Amino acid sequence: MFESLSLITLQQYWWLIVSLLGALLVFLMFVQGGETLFFSIARTEDEKTLLVNTLGRKWEFTFTTLVTFGGAFFASFPLFYSTSFGGAYWVWFAILVSFVIQAVSFEFRKKPANLLGAKTYEIFLFLNGLLGPLLIGTAVGTFFNGAMFSLDDMNRVTWGTPFRGLEAVLTFHNLALGLAVLFLSRVLGLLYFMNSIENTAIYERSKIQLLYNTVPFLVFFLYFVIALLFKDGFAYQPETGAITIEPYKYLHNLVAMPVNTFMLLIGVVGVLWGIVSTLLKGGTKGIWFVGGGTVLTVWALLILAAFNHTSFYPSVFDLQSSLTIENASSSRFTLVAMSYVSLFVPFVLGYIWYAWKAMNNKKISTEELEQEHHVY
Amino acid sequence: MIEGLDLALVNWSRAQFALTAMYHWIFVPLTLGLGIIIAIMETLYVKTGNPEWKRITKFWMTMFGINFAIGVATGIILEFEFGTNWSNYSWFVGDIFGAPLAIEGILAFFMESTFIAIMFFGWNKVSKKFHLTATWLTAIGANLSALWILVANGWMQKPVGMVFNPETARMEMTSFWDVLFSPMAVHKFLHTTSSSFVLAAIFVIGVSAWFILKGRDIVFARKSIVVAAIFGFLASIYTVATGDSSARSVAHDQPMKFAAFEGLYNGSEGAGLVALGLISSSETDPSNENLKDFTLKIEIPNILSYMAFMDWDAFVPGINDLIRGNEKYGIMSATEKISRGKLAIEKLKAFKEAKKAGMVAQADSLKTEIMSPDFQKNYFSYFGYGYISDPHTLVPSVPLSFYSFHIMVVLGMYFILFFLMALLYTLKGKIHKHRLFLKAAIWTIPLAYLASQAGWVVAEVGRQPWVIQDLMPTMAAVTKISAGAVQVTFWLFAIIFTTLLIAEIKIMMRQIKIGPKSEGGPSHV
Ligand code: HDD
Ligand code: HEM
Ligand code: HEM
Repeated sequence: MFESLSLITLQQYWWLIVSLLGALLVFLMFVQGGETLFFSIARTEDEKTLLVNTLGRKWEFTFTTLVTFGGAFFASFPLFYSTSFGGAYWVWFAILVSFVIQAVSFEFRKKPANLLGAKTYEIFLFLNGLLGPLLIGTAVGTFFNGAMFSLDDMNRVTWGTPFRGLEAVLTFHNLALGLAVLFLSRVLGLLYFMNSIENTAIYERSKIQLLYNTVPFLVFFLYFVIALLFKDGFAYQPETGAITIEPYKYLHNLVAMPVNTFMLLIGVVGVLWGIVSTLLKGGTKGIWFVGGGTVLTVWALLILAAFNHTSFYPSVFDLQSSLTIENASSSRFTLVAMSYVSLFVPFVLGYIWYAWKAMNNKKISTEELEQEHHVY
Repeated sequence: MIEGLDLALVNWSRAQFALTAMYHWIFVPLTLGLGIIIAIMETLYVKTGNPEWKRITKFWMTMFGINFAIGVATGIILEFEFGTNWSNYSWFVGDIFGAPLAIEGILAFFMESTFIAIMFFGWNKVSKKFHLTATWLTAIGANLSALWILVANGWMQKPVGMVFNPETARMEMTSFWDVLFSPMAVHKFLHTTSSSFVLAAIFVIGVSAWFILKGRDIVFARKSIVVAAIFGFLASIYTVATGDSSARSVAHDQPMKFAAFEGLYNGSEGAGLVALGLISSSETDPSNENLKDFTLKIEIPNILSYMAFMDWDAFVPGINDLIRGNEKYGIMSATEKISRGKLAIEKLKAFKEAKKAGMVAQADSLKTEIMSPDFQKNYFSYFGYGYISDPHTLVPSVPLSFYSFHIMVVLGMYFILFFLMALLYTLKGKIHKHRLFLKAAIWTIPLAYLASQAGWVVAEVGRQPWVIQDLMPTMAAVTKISAGAVQVTFWLFAIIFTTLLIAEIKIMMRQIKIGPKSEGGPSHV
């Protein structure tokens, strides 16, 4: 069935999948957001244990989504994989190291004879929570602001600065996205605590923190979106592949793709509604609105970055090296083969949902943890 | 230093990949094998209803969890390292190589990480049957992830199912099934998983032996040993069988690697197997300082020919034959391969230039020529040789390959004997009397890890200088970055992983000392 699709349709299909994975990843970074909140929400050791265990049962999903995001990007747009990972070396290694120290911390934290002590593992988790969203958000900012690479005729990458990607933080627009993602992940973390922990004190403290984190999130996010609408973008000529700078490119994209724009609006409204209703009326369902809204918003933004003849990874060092979904993709054959594999995705989502429900039908509480064999 | 900057970069990048891969491989085989052993134990619990089995399952599950966490921590680096350190490689082969990596994430890692949560936290939340299913799915998910990464590795060792496209300057997939069912990949998968089962079984027996030596938790330990010994015995037979078929596929597709790990310099008909040997450090061939031979060896006649080609008298090419060529047996010399590789590179350059100059007709005809099956087979399949200037750099490190291979094989034989003894002693009910065996069992644990790491050294060092056999030499694969940067990340990982490894070992030892927790049934016996 996929064989009959045109190459550009397959490329678009795969961009949709990869960006959906990216959008799910941002939602699942509630784990990272939560990791930065142990010290501000918990007052006692028991409460901290409660928070750690709540996240400890979910961190694998975020981690696996990150790994799969990397793998899917490699398979569908290998030129991005080789250009960005090989080029922006320091950024990616900083992100990876923060996930390496996370992976052991839940399991090792409370175990006797763990060499570094519980506090160190908690700091590891905090670092992952801080650096993960901040750096991933900043790196995604370069999808709109460009990076410093050039490619030769064998598509080998050369990077234009010795900072190897770290220079992205010098562009405030990138950093604003990073900070927006960071505060969003904290908002999500708080809502997740409110949703799945049976403890009034934690609930109330989370609610206060929710307000404190919403304000900076909105400031950075709105700045990012408004600046995006007014900035120049990187367009390409579908016939020749030549890249040009186009004023108001992203605004044009919004107008040209009304369905996507609608999705973006629904997403933003969902996020705002989830936060505001929780602040005003309480309740535990906020995570679903904010989470769903996050997925739609991020998905729409990533589509905005690549569709309508836009370069999704522009080079400000050598404009004509910029990557587009057309010049960076796998061959038609591989895209078709991978498209068949993508048919398994609903099945995978199905069992994840089923397992999640089976595990979450009871809220987490100190009493429940006491009966548990495996505690972090 | 004699080496130029580029060589330093390649070597640091190799060192970093080797470091991170070998660290990952400390934890992965235990995950692969222990997952299955736990699932068997839990099945016994569900079948018999005996709470002792539940206690046993939970103890080994704790071990599994500690090991798993650090396995995941070391794995994520590898996944992205192809991009960060081998970016030219990632583009050149990404069209083929990326697919298994993506499938691994979609099909295997999600399965593992979803059901592992139920396995650890679901005891009081889901039914017994559902829990057992989750445990099996975790074990299967882990082994499936091994499948896909090994398909990727198998493809590097023997590229199949692709064509080179000059337009994009990369290999492009033409058959998914050829890649998936490549004999190289199949052997790799079977041998790697079965050898991991061996390692995990040895781990279980060794730890249980410690309990018996201490005189505690005897019932727990004996039951664990019975399961592990039966499972390990079967797996060890299978490991030798699949190792043997791996060797055959190497002989067929990577004759240089085969000659190196057998220490065979001069090929012959009815070649003998060097069972034990010491590689000489003096030269046998004065015209060539790279080639050395044995000072001491015990050789079994004709076995090697049979092993490699199922024919007692078959000709097995040696390193010298592969370098100089051997007309009698139709072996092409390295210089001939190099000139064919250079021609392939020339053609590609000509195509690129024609393209740049806008000579459409000429570019098109060059493209057709390059992509024709004839050119791909007779010239393009030597593409990588075009980068080689000195034929002697085509020889991998013989001592490293030879010794690693022989360590693995000797240990493989020993493990069969080991499982047989463990089985015999426990079934007779007398294992606590054989204190020497119990002590040996503890010391067999590090030997299992040694055999397993040695296997990868054979596979990866033996294929040098290729990162993709015959198509891309390692030095052409590397990301252009300063060697200093790679050095920094190398030491960073060396420190982080070593620290985490020490922490993991300490935690495990403590958990073993604490021992299995009581589970309502008969506890400390
Ligand atoms: C407990 C571990 C263990 C044991 C006892 C053995 N192996 Fe092994 N071997 C491995 C663990 C391993 C491995 C780590 O799983 C490797 C590394 C790469 C691979 O595919 O599997 C491997 C690779 C490997 C290779 C290289 C494959 C390649 O280069 O692609 C060969 C030829 C053999 N083995 C042969 C044997 C034979 C004949 C054995 C018989 C006694 C044996 N192995 C026992
Ligand atoms: C986990 C088990 C593995 C171990 C212990 C291992 C070991 C090694 C070692 C020792 C080297 C360095 C060889 C040298 O430079 O002389 C190496 C290199 C490399 N291996 Fe592996 N390897 C493993 C699995 C894999 C797999 C599954 C893949 C691919 C899917 C792979 C891809 C590579 C690459 C790309 C290099 C770098 C290039 C090179 O030096 O040839 N390895 N590995
Ligand atoms: C012989 C080769 C390998 C096998 C059999 C293997 C198998 C596994 C297994 C079973 C896991 C589960 C966690 C654990 O280790 O306990 C794992 C984790 C992981 N492996 Fe490997 N691996 C191999 C080499 C590699 C290589 C070369 C890569 C890089 C492409 C890689 C990437 C990963 C990643 C990213 C994870 C963490 C993912 C997660 O569980 O969320 N592995 N691997």
